[in-house]
Amino acid sequence: MRKGNWLMARRWGRAPRMTAATLAAAGLMAAATGCSALSGSASTSGSSNSITLYSGQHPQTTQKLVAAFEKATGIKVSVRSDDEDVLAAQIVTEGGHSPADVFYTENSPPLEFLQAKGLLSVVRSSTLAAAPSKYNSPQGDWVGVSARVSVLIYNPRLISKSQLPTSVMQLADPKYQGKLALAAGETDFQPIVTSVLRAHGTAATVKWLSAIKANAAGHLYPDNETVTSDVNSGSAAFGIINQYYWYRLRAEIGAGAIHSKIAFFAPHDPGYVIDVSGAAALKSSSHQAAAQRFLAFLVSRPAQEIIGGHSLSYEYPIASGVTTSAPETPFSQLQPNSITLGDLGTGSAAVTLLRQAGLL
Amino acid sequence: MTSSPVLAQRGPEPGQPGADGPVFVAADKARRARRPRALIAAAMLIAAVLALPLIFLLIEASGSGAGADARLIFRPLTAELLWNTVRLTVVVTALCAVIGTAAAWCIERTNVPGRKIWAVLVVVPLAIPDFVVSFGWASLWSWIHGFRGAVIVMTLAVYPLVYLPVAASLRGADPGQEEVARSLGSGRVRTFVRITLGQARGAILGGCLLVAMVMLAEYGAFEIVGYQTFTTEIFTEINVAFSLPAACALALVLVLLSLVVLAAEGSLRGRGRISRSGALAQRVPAPYRLGKARIPALAGLIALTGLSLGVPVGSCLYWMASGGRDSLTGVSMPMAALTTALYGLLSAGLATLMALPVALLAVRHPGGARRFLERSTYLVLAMPGVVIALALSYFTERYLGGFGYQTAPLLILAYAIMFFPLALVGVKASLARAPVSLDEVARSLGQPRLKVLVRVTLRLTGPGLVAAFCLVFLSVITELTATLILIPTGVQTLASQFWVYETNLSYGQAAPFALVMIAVAAIPSWVLGRFFDRGAADPRMMT
Repeated sequence: MRKGNWLMARRWGRAPRMTAATLAAAGLMAAATGCSALSGSASTSGSSNSITLYSGQHPQTTQKLVAAFEKATGIKVSVRSDDEDVLAAQIVTEGGHSPADVFYTENSPPLEFLQAKGLLSVVRSSTLAAAPSKYNSPQGDWVGVSARVSVLIYNPRLISKSQLPTSVMQLADPKYQGKLALAAGETDFQPIVTSVLRAHGTAATVKWLSAIKANAAGHLYPDNETVTSDVNSGSAAFGIINQYYWYRLRAEIGAGAIHSKIAFFAPHDPGYVIDVSGAAALKSSSHQAAAQRFLAFLVSRPAQEIIGGHSLSYEYPIASGVTTSAPETPFSQLQPNSITLGDLGTGSAAVTLLRQAGLL
Repeated sequence: MTSSPVLAQRGPEPGQPGADGPVFVAADKARRARRPRALIAAAMLIAAVLALPLIFLLIEASGSGAGADARLIFRPLTAELLWNTVRLTVVVTALCAVIGTAAAWCIERTNVPGRKIWAVLVVVPLAIPDFVVSFGWASLWSWIHGFRGAVIVMTLAVYPLVYLPVAASLRGADPGQEEVARSLGSGRVRTFVRITLGQARGAILGGCLLVAMVMLAEYGAFEIVGYQTFTTEIFTEINVAFSLPAACALALVLVLLSLVVLAAEGSLRGRGRISRSGALAQRVPAPYRLGKARIPALAGLIALTGLSLGVPVGSCLYWMASGGRDSLTGVSMPMAALTTALYGLLSAGLATLMALPVALLAVRHPGGARRFLERSTYLVLAMPGVVIALALSYFTERYLGGFGYQTAPLLILAYAIMFFPLALVGVKASLARAPVSLDEVARSLGQPRLKVLVRVTLRLTGPGLVAAFCLVFLSVITELTATLILIPTGVQTLASQFWVYETNLSYGQAAPFALVMIAVAAIPSWVLGRFFDRGAADPRMMT
């Protein structure tokens, strides 16, 4: 050992050989420990008694359903939550090695999208039979679990009920300029556009969308939650949402803070659309039996009662004959447009028109 | 005394009179002639890893056909949104440059009171996620809307990206040059502009580069104030059209824009190298006495932190107090915090480690191809996190059969890739100040190259390394979109758990997570301030 090194060792009080090698080893060990600590319970999804659920549905609903399923069957469910469209893109990118077994969404277009790519496996006919067939996939690849309806939300201080449009086509009327709030990019708005397209054709729909863009200028929002809270607070006079956003906001901030109301379009109007939330099993899944059991559970009576129960999703259960009670308008009393899920498809035609009009 | 081959060609021995000139010239030539093979190999490997998202973009975009892509890109709405993005980027970058530099100068170089606290508070806004900022601003003032609102909100969110590198640079600056300039009759303002700012130019430009790139990929402006940018189109393609190929085609346009930004920064930076005058020992610059200007400076700092921190924190507290009684179950707060901290530490460490070879190559051994290598690593900052996560998902699926997908190491790698440019700027700024001659002295004393690197170079770039580490750590804490795709199922970070509550409208349950995120961010900021506060015992620094 050279004298210089020894002096330095003395001053720092440690062996001069404690160098990069030891530090690197310590660093690697720390990293490995950290990584294993971060992996959490991910290693349990290999057994045949567990499935992985990719859920685009609201977490509260999903959690209660998953808990009930685990209790009833003993099959463990690992849940992954994200926006349904990102999950759809993720499933496509993951390809044949996707860890997902079941995909549960808020709207039907992502399921139709995956079905078109041939990534879904056929649902058991007994499961499909639990819900009315018009709310299931036309090809039988996914099953409808719950539904929502499109409504108008309005602030009575800014606009009275009589001034509201009765038809969605009236939204183009210039008298609503500056009053309309819209989330054009929301997957909830697309079905309405598809419905208008089906009823009135391309040219009229584009004209209608351009007029809407002018009326909603300054009140274009990224999502329906913002539309709901802004109409409620008085930033905008009225907007189009799915009914459950209003009920959920009311549950969150209390009935005393609610200054808005909801109103329906005229019966069978193109704007009066039912959105179906559904689930499917993936073809790439290695737990097909367990996945099918989960789908069957979702449309069974216990699950539908969870969905219909209060302080939860405020969505409409559509299977096994379960109905919601107040405060919502009963499902059987709704009079929606006759557009089918097959017509709604993936919504690509609607997206093209929304782009053309400059809303997207 | 052993002499390295480099010194063999020298004339007079070092230390003898007249030795400085030819010795340094010869060393310079020899240094440039020697090709750092290991360094180049390491840098190429890192650049290849960072190029993965770009390759993914090209593969996906080509999948939808050139015709469809062209129709998508050349729409009137695209031009309008591009103009919005460019407008926002230019204005925010300029504002951040001014605010970041001013704050860095006030805190590092003046005697404004409470410097240690400001040093921490000024950095924390970087760790506040956009979705938390949206709570506060949108609900408080309705005139925060449109372009004006987007500029205010975005500037307050990203100015720390300029502050951190400039502060590290100012902290390690050589005061000798300023003194020489003053002694030569240059006025105070002129000295400040030409010398102080000139010395920090690399750091300022680096910070501006980061801000510009981040603004290109920024989606938060729309979410918060309804100001549509080009990035909105990319997300629309995924959200509404389910067209990942189209989204990737649009993302390539962003990459092109970022190339323009890189070229602009490169030309502004120039080729000048920073040199030190006089003795090579580190001297602490004397703090500038503000006198009457203390009040406005203090007021400025209070306003800055009040707006950038106070509004989001205030709204979180409001939601905690008034939120509903939801019964959503989730990962516990300590668990989420620990997970987030671990991910942050490991990713920041990896990113800084990765940035070292590239920075060393760029600063110590500049050259045409190597410069290109280094510049190419910045492109990843202009890509949305979703794209990077999907890129890694794609490559693990195709080439590894799904092995390693949705595991912790892959997510750590994803974070390191996403925030690599932040680390690179921090390390480069400090490395540019570290004098090469000190390395040469160490080599001449017989130390092997690696030891010189660890004991001399890294020590000198200490502030830059810590700044780089902290920048990445802060960014990782708030990252959401890539996390949701790549995190192991069942594991939650603070950001992802916050998101789960927020999408459920359970704001009361979400707010505490946001507050903890902000608190966790204060830790590296505090470390940064404490560890490198050299003049703590210096009487000149008192008052």
